[in-house]
Amino acid sequence: MSIRLTIYSQIEQIAAEQKVKIQPLRDDLLLSESGLDSLCFAILVARLEDKLGYDPFATAADAGFPVTLGDFVRFYENGATA
Amino acid sequence: MAQQPEPQTLRQALASAAGAKRMLWGARGAVALADLAEGSAFRDGDVSGRSIVLATHAQLAAAQALVVLDGMAQRIIVCPPDLPFAHLAAIAAEAGADAIVTDRDETDFAGHDLPPRIACDLVPRSHEAAAPITTEWVLLTSGTTGVPKMVVHSLAALTGAIKPPQSGDAAPVWATFYDIRRYGGLQILLRALFGNRSMVLSDAGEPVADHLHRLASHGVTHISGTPSHWRRVLMSSECNVISPRYVRLSGEIADQTILDALKRQYPAAAVGHAYASTEAGVGFEVNDGLEGFPADILGETRDPSFKVVDDTLRIRSRRTASCYLGSPPQTLMDEDGFIDSGDVVAEREGRYYFVGRRGGIINVGGLKVHPEEVEQIINRHEAVKMSLVGARRNPITGAIVVADVVLHKPVEPGPDSDALKQDILTFCRAELPAHKVPAAVKFVAALEMTPAGKLVRQNG
Repeated sequence: MSIRLTIYSQIEQIAAEQKVKIQPLRDDLLLSESGLDSLCFAILVARLEDKLGYDPFATAADAGFPVTLGDFVRFYENGATA
Repeated sequence: MAQQPEPQTLRQALASAAGAKRMLWGARGAVALADLAEGSAFRDGDVSGRSIVLATHAQLAAAQALVVLDGMAQRIIVCPPDLPFAHLAAIAAEAGADAIVTDRDETDFAGHDLPPRIACDLVPRSHEAAAPITTEWVLLTSGTTGVPKMVVHSLAALTGAIKPPQSGDAAPVWATFYDIRRYGGLQILLRALFGNRSMVLSDAGEPVADHLHRLASHGVTHISGTPSHWRRVLMSSECNVISPRYVRLSGEIADQTILDALKRQYPAAAVGHAYASTEAGVGFEVNDGLEGFPADILGETRDPSFKVVDDTLRIRSRRTASCYLGSPPQTLMDEDGFIDSGDVVAEREGRYYFVGRRGGIINVGGLKVHPEEVEQIINRHEAVKMSLVGARRNPITGAIVVADVVLHKPVEPGPDSDALKQDILTFCRAELPAHKVPAAVKFVAALEMTPAGKLVRQNG
């Protein structure tokens, strides 16, 4: 499964678990308006670390925090090649 | 309240209650307690009035040395066997020790700045005891990092919770999964020595199945250990070779799951849990089969007395340690004589439940989580044998809860394993607020235990 699809499926699963309603997943979706709260994002990062084997937040030195879902996916894609 | 009996020395207690066939069985040897009352395990060297570091390899040698040293030495510093030599040297220096009693080879001590050694071995020889003095007992805390603290006790405080044996009782045979050089294990040794009983000692390197067969062969009736020790027993295919009359838990939170599991496995046994620590001594025993303790033990007028301050249990009694040894001086108790246990409790309907250690809190985005409260929920899941909850660093919330889980029956990685993880998480979500539910569950074959028999936690 691609990194993008992995992220999408994890987001959907976490939203279901936490019983939060999320907006349709697309690149220009602002994370702050996605419907996911900070706990959901914290879980997402932990689960992606288990699935993908890395945590780009821990390795990316000066990278800004992703703002949109597209940023978030690229952040992980770049992390894979870092 | 009944007066405490005058403190005796260990040797006097043994001599006055010398049953014909009382024994102390180690993993590789045994000694008759009647011989111990008369004999000395020391080959040479006078210990009278000295400050002695007791650093033996074998528990049996330690037990024999304790009987000789109590009443003769001015101070005994009781070292667990896994104490690193670097700490041993620091402890000996801090405690002003002038000799080390040991069964170890001389070469073990090469290169370490330590006091002179007095050899002790497993064969008691005759021994003339001088008039006894009051010996100070120093126990070490079981922290996982740094030099352990030295906690000063008297024999009277250490034995304050031990009731004299009832005549007519079938003489119990005690055993403990602890090492007798830690508070929980020492309590059981003292119970055996003061209570006209025999005892089977544990051995750190012994497989659980072998240990259980050894307990069975000596007809052990009373066994103590931490919940982690007991979970290891229940995970052994040999757990049915023993048939204890009394099962005792201490040292960690005894949750309802482990209490019920032990009652199922050993239906003839009374299952009780006790609250004790190296600093606070024996606090109370709970024998109603339920986790936690009834609120009516709180109150400041009894001995021991308990109160809850800032959700933390505090204890004052004649069984607590008297002070810490070493510099800089550390405070053990407050001005009213209460010791802060660091154990966080919560009250529900007239009963207090242990929630966790104050120092072990996980902070999830500013919300507090005690690992133990999450473990207690996970352990209730029917597929789960035991669990360890910890923190994982997280860029969003600072930390997040994760769990390592040991299953009753291992599951191969794949859809079944993923489904079971989801089921455990769903189970947690029904019982816990979202921030306390683990973000990730990992199935592991086993969980590591400290030498003191507790689950190894990230923050000790």
